[in-house]
Amino acid sequence: MSEQPMTQQSSETTAAKPPIMSGVGLKQHYPVKQGFMKPPGLVKALDGVNFTVEAGKTLAVVGESGCGKSTLARLLTMIELPTDGELNFEGKNLLTLDRETRKELRQRIQIIFQNPYGSLNPRKKVGSILEEPLVINGKLTKAERKERALNLLQKVGLKPEHYDRYPHMFSGGQRQRIAIARGLMMNPKVVVADEPVSALDVSVQAQVLNLMMDLQQELDLAYVFISHDLSVVEHIADKVMVMYLGKVVEYGATEDIFTHPQHPYTRALLSSTPRIDPEHRIDKIRLTGELPSPLNPPSGCAFHGRCEFANERCKVETPVLKDQSGESSVACFGIDENRLPYINR
Amino acid sequence: MTMTSETQTTVRVPQTPFAEFWSYFIQNRGALIGLCFIVFIVFLAVFADFVAPHHPHEQFRDFILVPPAWAEGGNAQFWLGTDGVGRDILSRLIHGARLSLLIGLVIVSVSLVLGICLGLVAGFFGGFVDVAIMRFADILLSMPALLLAIAIVAILGPSIVNSGLALSLVYLPHYVRLTRASVLTEINKDYVISSRVAGAGALRLMFIVILPNCLAPLIVQATLGFSNAILDMAALGFLGLGAQPPLPEWGSMLATAREFIQSAWWVVTFPGLIILMTVLAFNLMGDGLRDALDPKLKQ
Amino acid sequence: MTETDKSLLVVNNLSVAFGTKDNPFKAVDRVSFHVEQGEVLGIVGESGSGKSVSSLALMGLIDFPGRVTADELRFKTTDLQTLNEKARRKITGDEISMIFQDPMTSLNPSYTVGNQIMEAIEVHQGGSKKERQAKAIDLLRQVGIPAPESRINNYPHQLSGGMSQRVMIAMAIACDPKLLIADEPTTALDVTIQAQIIELLLKLQREKQMGLMLITHDLALVAEAADRVVVMYAGQIVETGPASDIFKAPKHPYTQALMNSLPESSEGKDRLNALPGVVPGANDRPQGCLLNPRCPYVTDRCRAEEPEQYGPRGRQVKCFYPLDEAGRPTV
Repeated sequence: MSEQPMTQQSSETTAAKPPIMSGVGLKQHYPVKQGFMKPPGLVKALDGVNFTVEAGKTLAVVGESGCGKSTLARLLTMIELPTDGELNFEGKNLLTLDRETRKELRQRIQIIFQNPYGSLNPRKKVGSILEEPLVINGKLTKAERKERALNLLQKVGLKPEHYDRYPHMFSGGQRQRIAIARGLMMNPKVVVADEPVSALDVSVQAQVLNLMMDLQQELDLAYVFISHDLSVVEHIADKVMVMYLGKVVEYGATEDIFTHPQHPYTRALLSSTPRIDPEHRIDKIRLTGELPSPLNPPSGCAFHGRCEFANERCKVETPVLKDQSGESSVACFGIDENRLPYINR
Repeated sequence: MTMTSETQTTVRVPQTPFAEFWSYFIQNRGALIGLCFIVFIVFLAVFADFVAPHHPHEQFRDFILVPPAWAEGGNAQFWLGTDGVGRDILSRLIHGARLSLLIGLVIVSVSLVLGICLGLVAGFFGGFVDVAIMRFADILLSMPALLLAIAIVAILGPSIVNSGLALSLVYLPHYVRLTRASVLTEINKDYVISSRVAGAGALRLMFIVILPNCLAPLIVQATLGFSNAILDMAALGFLGLGAQPPLPEWGSMLATAREFIQSAWWVVTFPGLIILMTVLAFNLMGDGLRDALDPKLKQ
Repeated sequence: MTETDKSLLVVNNLSVAFGTKDNPFKAVDRVSFHVEQGEVLGIVGESGSGKSVSSLALMGLIDFPGRVTADELRFKTTDLQTLNEKARRKITGDEISMIFQDPMTSLNPSYTVGNQIMEAIEVHQGGSKKERQAKAIDLLRQVGIPAPESRINNYPHQLSGGMSQRVMIAMAIACDPKLLIADEPTTALDVTIQAQIIELLLKLQREKQMGLMLITHDLALVAEAADRVVVMYAGQIVETGPASDIFKAPKHPYTQALMNSLPESSEGKDRLNALPGVVPGANDRPQGCLLNPRCPYVTDRCRAEEPEQYGPRGRQVKCFYPLDEAGRPTV
């Protein structure tokens, strides 16, 4: 653990390190039946999302329900295939690879779900849940599989005797540990964590977050950490991507986002997050209204209906995220035109 | 597996799913009685050759229509009396149990296995396959069950095998629907998705991952279906479409006893009674199973 | 006694037990607190702490086999325990209202929103259909629903989660209750919507001078919204006090541990100060102080004896060695 500050510093200087995983222009559009005789609508769950994840780093994807963050998780793990876009893993586009190679690489990307009560097969013992990926993919013998399962159980803080128990005998936190262990069975490089601690109690949440951070250091894992809880994100993430209605509205290093949020939506999210320490609280920006229907998104900037700084241009034109290679990027005309009062730089 | 854990973690003693199920099940007295009766009948069926006092086909010409042993004119040799051609009713019932249970088992197994496969395929793949299978099931369901069975037997010719086949087909849609419904609720759960991420193929997902979680309602349905099968088989036998004489099947025993309804009550009563009790036992046990399996599902 | 007379709600040694007589599981164990008129009382705890069960017990919503006992359960001057079913229902609709966690399942999907609000008004206040409709529209406007005239004809599935929760609030305040119990009112909602709903609740609470019991697992939410706080652990109250005091200088190790385990409390990417272990369940509650297996300051006394809740009425703690201002135990 003493190595951690070092790796952190060194990575800041080595910006040239190639990303382990990246997405370019990812789109996922679902046709939706709108009733008899009506033309089907199109829900743009993801609409042109770019991202990069570096090895051993955490990219947090933040937004409210319906912003497309869970769709992104499903695309990254190839539970669904995108309508359009590129998904690169270790430099290869996963979507154009042949079946075998894709299957091979796919094992390096694993997922942890939000609800630890639904993510473990209730009719299987912990041992066989853990070994399932190995049984499907591996060439290991039974004894080797068991050894690996026991090894990982111990790594996530469980005991060997838990190997023969059923999921319902465990608490939520323990189940999430099991889910994490399963995710690690295939030695993944990237772990997509879809709200991994939202369903857990505060004290257990901290245990699981600690475990995830320890494992990241030990195994050089990259996390795509999907969450709506900004205080958790602030703690665990290196980069943050804020999404609104299928689009990325702001992207940057965690510290920048949390100390100088630029997009009005990011700022509203931050100010809506309750804080214990009064010094951590910032001026409340109460958003009026709710997330618009993704079936019928507003024209122009999708956020303009709830944004107090919106002008005519925001209603017509759609702002784009300029540059994602840089440290931070934001899609807002208000910043281009320098009319957001809270930015005084 | 070491014993030290119990003192450290104070985790409650782990209960296997079966132990948990059993503790629920034995709380239901009716279900327990049903189970006991079924075990008893199964015992009779298996050891019919040793238990039955006579051969079921043996005709005692001197003892035609003898009343039960306790009634006036009864004979201790024939506890439940004899039928129109002098066969011992008790022995025929005992051997009949063998036939009835076997038929029930075969019918339920065939329709259960086929139904599970079709239901899994329909629920798992969806789309055209789903529509095709479910419309087929709907068509079967839209016809009165017994009528359909009679029609099929009429085409294939009356025999015990054919009527079994017919009934299997009649019950099939219930299992298909039930399986499909459970598959649809399970298929989007995270554990299925994570198996998919692990690279599991369609067969593995269907049979190893999803199926065990759909079994509870199917077990209940199969138990209740067992009693239906026995009942409908008896009905077919009664109509002369099922087991052919001299096979000692409960339904056909009833059918051949029709003419004695006024004169010799015992010839009709005992086969009817045993059908009633067996069906009741299976229904009681099915209800108990449902209650015992349900809290598990809700968890 | 003059002090207690003003209290809206007084709860004294409330217990709720489940399970058999010989082996009862106390979901709520000798809980005492009070709510003053016009104040926000935050009840905070993890799952299994008994915070929701206590509120259900107050409302008389614990069914068999749960057993509710209390030394005192008083609303204003009425003893809730001696009331018969009907009188109690009258009070718990007219003067005490409740909002639940999941707005989507709290509304009946088969009736329009207006219908359900009007029914709530009819049961407790009566009035002609027209009056009730006008009142329903007015209520929807009060809870910030745009175009209430058309919204009252909507069915619940046509509303978003935030809107549904607003409708629930409208129903809850339909009869001008004196006490509003909100059980995890925003847990199912997004953060920006949560902020809107909490703001709405606090605004209504101020305007109508209601007592508000805000039950939640979210410490930070309580820190921002509540005047006074009750911290619960495994069915017991471990600490009570003004929100500002509790969050500045918690006296109970559990409160301190909860606060420390929040990501907000640690800088950068350090490990969080997690509290080891889990909340004890029905069969594994320890001897002595219930926190002792997880407490960093545990002594032999904590393992053997159970501490009493003590301190002045407004600032109590259930610990032998309450923490001082600097967060160290006073041994």
